Amino acid sequence: MNEPLNTGSTYGGSGIGAGETHAAAGPDVDVHAASPLSRAENEALTVGATPDLSVFGPDVIAKAQAQIATYPESRSALLPMLHLVQSVEGYVSQAGIQFCADQLRLSNAEVSAVATFYTMYKRKPCGEHLVSVCTNTLCAMLGGDAIYERLRTHLSTDGTPLKHEDTSGTPGEPGSITLEHAECLAACDLGPVLQVNYEFYDNQTVESAVELVDALRRGEKPAPTRGAPLTSLREVELELAGFYPEEEQAFRARIDGPSAAVETLRGAQLAADSGWTAPAMPEKVPALPEVEKK
Amino acid sequence: MTTAETNRPDPVTPVLTKRWLSPNSWRLETYERLEGYTALRTALGGTPEQLVQLVKDSGLRGRGGAGFPAGVKWSFMPPNEDKPHYLVINADEGEPGTCKDIPLMMADPHSLIEGVIIAAYAMRSHHAFIYVRGEVPHCIRRLNAAIREARAAGYVGANILDSGFDLEITVHAGAGAYICGEETALLDSLEGRRGQPRLKPPFPAAAGLYAAPTTVNNVETIASVPFIVNGGADWFRTMGSERSPGPKIYSISGHVEKPGQYEAPLGTTLRQLLEMAGGMKDGIPLKFWTPGGSSTPMFTAEHLDVPLDFEGAVEAGSILGTTAVMVFNETVSVPWAVMKWTEFYEHESCGKCTPCREGTYWLAGILQRMVAGKGTATDIETLLDVCDNILGRSFCALGDGAVSPIQSGIKYFRDEFLALCDQNKAPTTPALAGAH
Repeated sequence: MNEPLNTGSTYGGSGIGAGETHAAAGPDVDVHAASPLSRAENEALTVGATPDLSVFGPDVIAKAQAQIATYPESRSALLPMLHLVQSVEGYVSQAGIQFCADQLRLSNAEVSAVATFYTMYKRKPCGEHLVSVCTNTLCAMLGGDAIYERLRTHLSTDGTPLKHEDTSGTPGEPGSITLEHAECLAACDLGPVLQVNYEFYDNQTVESAVELVDALRRGEKPAPTRGAPLTSLREVELELAGFYPEEEQAFRARIDGPSAAVETLRGAQLAADSGWTAPAMPEKVPALPEVEKK
Repeated sequence: MTTAETNRPDPVTPVLTKRWLSPNSWRLETYERLEGYTALRTALGGTPEQLVQLVKDSGLRGRGGAGFPAGVKWSFMPPNEDKPHYLVINADEGEPGTCKDIPLMMADPHSLIEGVIIAAYAMRSHHAFIYVRGEVPHCIRRLNAAIREARAAGYVGANILDSGFDLEITVHAGAGAYICGEETALLDSLEGRRGQPRLKPPFPAAAGLYAAPTTVNNVETIASVPFIVNGGADWFRTMGSERSPGPKIYSISGHVEKPGQYEAPLGTTLRQLLEMAGGMKDGIPLKFWTPGGSSTPMFTAEHLDVPLDFEGAVEAGSILGTTAVMVFNETVSVPWAVMKWTEFYEHESCGKCTPCREGTYWLAGILQRMVAGKGTATDIETLLDVCDNILGRSFCALGDGAVSPIQSGIKYFRDEFLALCDQNKAPTTPALAGAH
């Protein structure tokens, strides 16, 4: 949690903006220390350089063009394209920004502005897996905060608890894990929840979460409670970009993974067990209402 | 309504949730076996005007939180087609506590697809978009698979069922931003921009996606449409009240024995919902709850019998929102819960307007300080003062939502906030713990 704010003394009846804010500001902030990126990465962003786009081969360009063709206006393809870029590199690099800008005839600034707005676009290399723990109020209360705190220390390799979006292990290597806390993941009846590569692991405990990340580090792929068989962050990003296996059986295997938790079905099941139904519809489908011709 | 007492519907009325129990409920073959795509044939046999009138007659109100009458919204679309018309489905479910659309799209994606085709036909739209939050790839897969199946069966694409009506449906994955649930921010996001709300007017029906006439509807709203076509407006009105008709998915979470999705007539009370959900967990008494997500002012045990429909929730001092019923028992500190929600709004504020961007920042800071045991005597007044400067003064409803937990929390539990301030003067007072 952030340090509590010191809002200073009160004048005019309000504590907001009170006190000697300019005097309290202290010495200059070390921007490099404050940045989530390393000094070299920051310099790469600020010093003019042409990024190497060779990682985005003809197949990626073809996919980007297919995305553009989906929409009436090309710029709509930007969000899917950033997912595509992430499926190639595991994050949105400066080269990824340049790639999207080139494909969509936008400026780098326009693409950067979008990439930095959305939490799913990661600006530094991620692990094979992304573990997102819901720490919004309801999940936090049911144990989400405890799970997140425990994983921060459990996944640490040097004794310092991981920070939001830190990676345990070498990014991109098998078994590496990026940890983040997430806002409401819309599975509140199944809380506390966490996701691995956005597949749901419901009704978690501190122990089950530790077991799960240990299995991931060993290279195992424990099945999600709801979702497709676990793959990697990059593979899921490709699906979010709109690309699925061509072959029917492989495609169905992604679709047919479990989705119906006991909680999801509880109301319908209770009704079935109790003999409750919605009022019956008329025998014959009612005619559509008459309207005056204009 | 005493005459209607004898005809009162059952406590749980599965309509949208009924197919969920069927094995492979997400597949076309299951859907077609259970009356799927029959409403589409009826709809395509009528005119767009007739469908708009039907939805108006049914009294269906938007299920995304605001409760605007869906048929009226549809009727705002211009009758001519000088510009392309767009239908956009808001599937960016992210309001804390809300978890109805995602199970619906996973379990029964075809009901949404069929609703989309009917609604698009009614609004003369030939390209519909389903904007799904990015964090639910399994939903997105199911929708894509359903569209693939529907296209192969002739329900999507050119000349649908030989009606001459063409429709493309595109599933669009978001990328993690709560604000994109706001309809104009969603449109900006769909256009490939930062998701920031637009000034209204012009409303989307006049200038929406690509500045063309657009209607944005919630998933549950549109998935209700095929049932209204099949059952008629009168059937739909056998559930709920005059002004809030129909069934509604109530999502119950938190300190109850059996959290889950319970589809019941609008106007069901928390007392009834708790009975369905097996009562309070471990018998620990109820302290506070939200009727429809964190943006709806909280209720307490006093409000167990408030009818949870659009009017009932407002009369009792809240709003219905998404019927995301989050239940908290006596072990939970209200200031702590309010702080957590406020941190959420601070994180999700898009930064476009000053009251919300700056206000949520200071609200979170003050609450963090209070919960850390460093509250001052003026903190409560300062919080309310900041709330006053956000409510009604921010660009979109996110700011209004952000002040709901604070204002209602202080209204019902001022003593708990005061205790945190008193504690500052008398450090020996034990702190009210968080929920841990």
